[in-house]
Order: sequence, then structure tokens, then C-alpha cells
Amino acid sequence: MTLLENRSASIPEPREITTKPRISDQIFRLVVTIGGMSSLVILGLIALFLSIKGFNVLKVEQLSFITESKWEVLQDGEGKIAESTFGLAAMLVGTFLSAFIAIIVGVPIAVLSALYLTFYARGSVKKLLVSLIDLMAAFPSLLFGFWGFIVLMGSAEYWAKLLNKYLGFIPIFDVPAPIFERSPFIAGLVLAIMIIPIVTAISREIFDQTPLDRIQAAYALGASKLSMIRAVVIPYGRGGVVGGAMLGLGRAMGETVAVYTVLNVVYQINWQVLFGAGGNVASLILLKFGEAGPDEVDALMAAGLVLFLLTLVVNAISDILINTFGKKGR
Amino acid sequence: MTQATIPSPQTPWATSFQQRLNTAGLIALGAVLAGVAVKTTGLSGKLGFAVSLFVIASLLIFVQQLRLRDMAAAKDSLLSSFASLAIVLTLIPIISIVSTVVIRGYQGIHFGMFANDMTMASVNDPVTAGGLLHALVGTVIMVGVALLISFPIGLLTALYLTEIRGKLARPIKFLVQAMSGVPSIVAGLFILSILVIPVTQELTGLMGSLALSILMIPTIARTAEEMLLLIPNDLREAGVALGATQWRTVSGVVVPAARSGLVTAIILGIARIIGETAPLLLVSGGADALNFNPASGPMGSLPFYIWKAFLTGGTEEAYARAWGGMLVLLILIVSLFSLARYLSGRKVA
Amino acid sequence: MQATTPSSLASVANNREQRVPGTNLLGTGLETRGVHAWFGKKHVLSDVSLDFAAGTVTALIGPSGCGKSTYLRTLNRMHEFIPTAALAGEVLLDGQDIYAAGTDVTKIRLKVGMVFQKPNPFPSMTIGENVLSGLKLAQLKKSNTDDLLESCLVRAGLWSEVKDRLGEHGGALSGGQQQRLCIARSLAVEPQVLLMDEPCSALDPGSTFRIEETISELAKSMTIVIVTHNMQQAARVSDYTAFFLSDGGPGVMVETAPTSKIFSSPTDKRTEDYVTGRFG
Repeated sequence: MTLLENRSASIPEPREITTKPRISDQIFRLVVTIGGMSSLVILGLIALFLSIKGFNVLKVEQLSFITESKWEVLQDGEGKIAESTFGLAAMLVGTFLSAFIAIIVGVPIAVLSALYLTFYARGSVKKLLVSLIDLMAAFPSLLFGFWGFIVLMGSAEYWAKLLNKYLGFIPIFDVPAPIFERSPFIAGLVLAIMIIPIVTAISREIFDQTPLDRIQAAYALGASKLSMIRAVVIPYGRGGVVGGAMLGLGRAMGETVAVYTVLNVVYQINWQVLFGAGGNVASLILLKFGEAGPDEVDALMAAGLVLFLLTLVVNAISDILINTFGKKGR
Repeated sequence: MTQATIPSPQTPWATSFQQRLNTAGLIALGAVLAGVAVKTTGLSGKLGFAVSLFVIASLLIFVQQLRLRDMAAAKDSLLSSFASLAIVLTLIPIISIVSTVVIRGYQGIHFGMFANDMTMASVNDPVTAGGLLHALVGTVIMVGVALLISFPIGLLTALYLTEIRGKLARPIKFLVQAMSGVPSIVAGLFILSILVIPVTQELTGLMGSLALSILMIPTIARTAEEMLLLIPNDLREAGVALGATQWRTVSGVVVPAARSGLVTAIILGIARIIGETAPLLLVSGGADALNFNPASGPMGSLPFYIWKAFLTGGTEEAYARAWGGMLVLLILIVSLFSLARYLSGRKVA
Repeated sequence: MQATTPSSLASVANNREQRVPGTNLLGTGLETRGVHAWFGKKHVLSDVSLDFAAGTVTALIGPSGCGKSTYLRTLNRMHEFIPTAALAGEVLLDGQDIYAAGTDVTKIRLKVGMVFQKPNPFPSMTIGENVLSGLKLAQLKKSNTDDLLESCLVRAGLWSEVKDRLGEHGGALSGGQQQRLCIARSLAVEPQVLLMDEPCSALDPGSTFRIEETISELAKSMTIVIVTHNMQQAARVSDYTAFFLSDGGPGVMVETAPTSKIFSSPTDKRTEDYVTGRFG
């Protein structure tokens, strides 16, 4: 009877549960939080300081910093800096061009290799292959650059000549002069070889996570391996694989020494990939740094800022794609 | 109706020896036809042969599957051919790179190398002159200092993500990923702009370490986070249920349990930065002399040694020297990598 | 499990309407002779010889872990997907051993379809595309796919619920609807045999009832083999029942008989113990 009387008309609100942590815990949490903020702080500082140092140049050049393609420091009679123009366009074109070639050549090879590793390779052969490819992802870019210069250059020149001979009617494969060595094409090939291990590793992880029940459903319906991959694996892994490709793109865009050794860094906009001239923003910075006066250093800082923001955006997109599609998929 | 003996297990679905022989035969036929194609048409050289071999062999297998089974199986064989081609194309550079380093590097090393620096020799001298002691010492010191900076920060970041999981956890995780995408030259420029130019105006090993830290922290943070997540929650709950504070639970239970994982994180972080060149070119100077003091004077490093030999030299001796340095660097990286693999016992399949 | 005595199960089996085999029976059924299965060195299934006649439903019952699902998977060559799997014995479809050298396994799987325990429609496809996915996967060309689509969904008992939403995604349906979608999907390639691995164990009683009705209809034209933990379900839908058991070693098929007989007067004591609920 008492129960009936005490029953209230509405459901009570949940209580707020609080606790007062001990001092050691408060300190602990504070220290860890500060440490955790480090990445935020560092990235923020990078953006800040590059902006500050580059500010003078950006103020003068403004948008033409990106659109104009002249980079020169004119000296007057006494060797003092008279006038400078800084425009990154040529190097931006070079950045995109070489990274683009890297993606076009590298991503299909990487994705197909990942398919091979996940669906065709087995046992100790598979383990060996995966270890080798993961190891290659750890090789320094310097190694790729040298190997590219010394070993690959000869073959790449030959292929470039072939491309020019048979496909030279297409403007980008034409060359103003028969200089085929140290071209964006070769840089793109070296970059492709550099990003293949990373993109393969990411794609392989994603393909590995394809839900088994869907794979079995496809096979139970009489699918061949190709049909199964097209119907189940690709739809599941598409987003994550694109994310992996973008990660490779970010790496290719920011690459310095590998491009520097293999590409003839010449300051002109060069769309003709087989012709030996070009550069990217990173290698420009490296090239000019040694002899740059204070103004030019500022300009290089501004260039670094542009590169930083560019790779930040690409990596952010890659992250979003991999985290949205990679781990859970559709 | 039971059988008297148990029959032996079989796998009738496995590719039979006969089938393998057939495929090998088709590929061999493809090689022959490719050779004919190279002789008779304009195709030439290794590339011509390789391309025709792939095209002809794939076509032969395609037709075989079409005759034996159906179009679906024939198309399936095309995927199989292309996937095999892709893995071969992926492997060729690896093999080429490793063999180049080993073969050319071997000619560039000598035992005295580890006892001398480059103060008395130039890159164009024969390889037996000078050595890379300064470079090795420099790398060890710079990596060591970078580790001292990066490990605590990386670990704290990981702890924030796994133990505290505050409101900012997702943005922080995102930022850590973003940080790992920072181009190495930007890291160098940053240290230049924030410390070298305004403050010290000196290129030192410490500056190099700081630039390397920017690249090292994300690697350590991400690996440490993965490793900490592997520690089952039961352990944390056990600690807290015993009345321990979070600090004690984490420091006394979780971190010790993740010990080998954290060592793996350190090793992978070291492997990540040990070959980095661009930032060192900007901020650490490339001394030829032994320098044990990271805070004063330029400091050499393995990547710088290799770079200098390769780009400022031009002679065969200089190249040999560069490859020698590269061999040493590669041996270090492979050792670190194998050690990390062994420690984490990572499953691959 | 409370008030069902074997005699009541037997009466359920008896009282069920006798199925009249249809006039267009697909295939002549399935026979297995001396089938053994291994995973690596572990012998998990021993010497199973069973015949499944066309136009009948056979239930495979027994406690968990006695090899029923493994046996089912040997019937459509799904067993071989597990890396360490091995097998001995013969599985004859229309008199031909499906494991014979040179057999095209994808063709076998078109004739012997499978419905899984957890419904698994393809989330990247619409409902309509899901039903017809078998055609696309096996690269079969059919001329009147719309009619086929409708008839498969009708036979699976799903048409009226989805006929206006064929363009929606497969994941939007309830569990029971998804499972019926999977049944429709397997029907599209016109199998002779349909294997069902505990198809209703993840579903509510309403969906279970609908699917059991579907099974009875489908059995008029094909052979159905269904693994089930639920003895009442076996009593309700099957013509024949086979009892599997493992005593820690490989699973064996203890006894097979017409369903009413196995529940009313099983020959083997172990069967009797199981159906009376003494274990399992």
C-alpha cells in the first residue's frame, strides 16, 4: 500500500555523479593534457612563425606569390640587393606535376599489389613479401634519390625517349629540345616508387578488413575472385584506398632530397614532363637556401608556409577518408 | 556402415601439379613468342621483351581459361595476371635498391672508416682516406637528443588519447596525423625561423635534434597509442578498483604492461628520422670534424656525410664513399626495423 | 524446450500437410558418401553418408560443435575457404562428384546455393540489385530480369513488402526481411539444392514463421538441407532428419530417419537422449 502511495507521477532525474580527484591525479591529468596539446602547439607555432617570417614578402607579392613565376634577386652595382621578385608558380606546377605522375604510376601498382597480397598470396611467401614492402617504406628518401640518379636514370631516359617518339604528338610528351635526363617524368617515377610501399600497406590493411560474411555470400553465389572483389571488396574499401592514395600524394608533394637529386631544378614553368627542367617547392627551398640573403630567406619561409598548408590540406582529407571509410567501411 | 580405416585428408581443390605445369607451359610459350616478336618487330631491348611477354602470356592464359571454363573465369585470369605483374613491379625496385647499396657500398667501406672523420680528407680522396666516425657520432647524438625530447611528449600525447580521453581527444588525434605529414624541409625551416635566425644564429646539432623531433613525435605518439590500446581495460579497472589513483594505475600498471610496445615505438621513431636529410641540411651544418657537443658548432650526421660526398664530389671515389655511407645507414635501418618487428611480434597475415 | 516431448514433436511432424512434390523438380538430389573433414590435423567430421532426395527438406540436428555446419559447407565447396581445410569422400550432385578434378567450382555453387545464419545482403547494392547480384557475379545473361526479380521476391515471401522500394539500399530492411532478401538472392541463379545454415536463429518468431513457410513452398521444386538447433523447427519443416553428435572426437552422423520417426521412435539411444532433452 505504501508503494502505491509513494509512486510519483514522473520518473526522477538521474543524479549528477561527481568526484574530487586527488592532488596527484590532478597533477597527472594536467601534465598529460599539456603533453597532449603539444601537437596542437607545434603545428600552430609552425604556421605562426613561417607566416611571421614570410609576412614581408607576402605583403609585397600578395597573390602573385602563388601565381607569378619569376624568382629573382637583382643586385645593383655594389652587390646589394636592389629588387626582388618572388613568385612560386613554376615550382607549384612542378610540385603538382611530379606528384601527379607519382600517383598515376604508383597507385594502380600499389592497389593491385595489395589485392595480390590479400587475395592471392599465402603462407610464408606472403609474410616475406609484406615484410619486404614494409621495410621499403622505411628507406630514407636520400636512398631513393641516389638510386634514382645512378641506376634508374638510364632506363628512365630510354623510356622517355620512347614516349616522345611514339606519343610526342600529345603536347605534354613533346620536348623543346632533346634533353631527357633529370625531368619531371623521372622525378615522378622515383616518387612513385617511394609511395608504393605506403599505399600498398594501407590498402592491404583495408582489404584485410573486408567483412568475411559478404565475401562468403559472394562466393556462395558462384562468384569468381574478380567478381567478388568488384562486388564486395572495392565498394567496402574504396574510400580508405583513396585516403591512402592521398597520403601518398602528400608525401610526394613534400619530398625534397629525392626530387633534388633527380630533377634539374630550373626556374620555369614546365608542363612537358619529359623535358629535363622543373622543380618543386621543397627542392627550390633547398636549392636557394645556401646563398639566400635575408629577403630571400623570408621568401623561402613564405614558400615553406605554402607547402605546409598544401600538405596539411591533403593529409587532412586523407585522414578523413581513411577514418570514415577505412576502419568501418560501409 | 562404418569404414574400417580412416582415409587420408585430401585437398582436391588445390591447384594441381598438372595445372601448374600447364600455366608454366603457357608462360614459357609466351616467352618464346615474345622473343619472336622482339626479333621481328620494332620492339627492342629488355622493355620490349618484358612487355610482350606479359601481354602474350596473359592472352594465352585468357584464351585457355575461356576454352576450359567460361568468360567469367577468363576475365578472372586477367585480374590474376595484372595483380602478379603489380607485385613484380613493386619488388623490382626493392631488390634493385638493396643490391645496389650492398654491391656499391661494399666497395666504399673500409675498417678505418669507423675511426676517422673528414677533417683531413676530402670527398674526392680515395675511400680509404678519412672516415665517417664524426657522422656516426653526430647521428647518434642528434637522434639521442631528439629521442629525449620526443619520447616524453609522444608518450604523454598517447596517454592523453588512451587514458584521459578528454574532449579534445579527437582533434588531437587528427592533429597528430597532420603533424606526421609535415614535410621534413618545413620542419627545418621552422626551427630556422623560430630559433636559429632570431636567437642562436648558429647551426648546431641541437637545432637538428629539434627539427627531427617534429618528425619523431607523431611516429612515437601513434605507435605508443596503438600499443596502449592493446592493454586490456581489465587491468585499468583492477587498479582503480583497488583504490589506486589514475596516476598510480597508469604509471604502475598500464605503462609497465606496455613496456615492449613502447620500446617498439621508440625504435620505429628512431628508424623514421635516422635517414632524414633535408632538415639537417638547413639547421645542423655539416661538420667534417668530430663534435660531441650538440649545443655548439655544426655537427655532422650520416645523411649529411652521404649528401656531401654525393653532391659536392663528382668523382668515382666520392660516389663510392657515398654508397659506403649509405650501406652503413641501411644496415642501421634494417637492424632497427627487424628489432621492432621481433619485439612486437606483429602478425602479418 | 519445456513442454515438447518427442511424441509431441512427432505429432507436429505428422500433422504437417504432406508435401506434394512439384512437377518441375530441379535436379535429382544430392548424395554424400563417406565424407570426412579436417582442419589441419584435427579430424572434425567422420564418415558421413547421407542422401538428399529432390523435393525434400532434410534437417540436420545435434548439439553445437558436432560438425553440422562443417558438413553443410562441404556440400557447396565452401569448406575449402578455410586455409587448413581438408576432406575425404565424395559428394555427388546429379551423380557427379563435385570434387572431381577439373570441376568448375563456380558452376557447382550456382547449383547448390547457401543461406547463412546472419543475413548478409550487399550493402553497396539496392534491394533490386541484391536479388539479381548472383547473375552479375556469375556473369550470367538473362533476358527478362524484371520478371525474375519479381518471382524470386514472391517465392521468398518478400515481394509485397518491397515492391515499391526496390531502389532502396539492402541495409534498410529488418533482420527477417534481410534474410528473405538473401533467400531471394540465392533463388535468382536457379539452384537445385538450397543449403540453409541456421537461417532463423538470429530472427524473431514472426520472421521465422514466414521463412518456414517459404521453405515448405521452395521444397516443392528443389532439395533443401537445413541445419537447425531448434527441434520444433525441424519437426515443422523437414521430411527427414539426421542427428549429428561429437563425443570430443570427430562429429559423426548417428542416425537419419523420416522426421516423425526420429522423434517418436529413434533407433539409437543417443538420439533418444537428445530429442528428449536429456542433453544438448
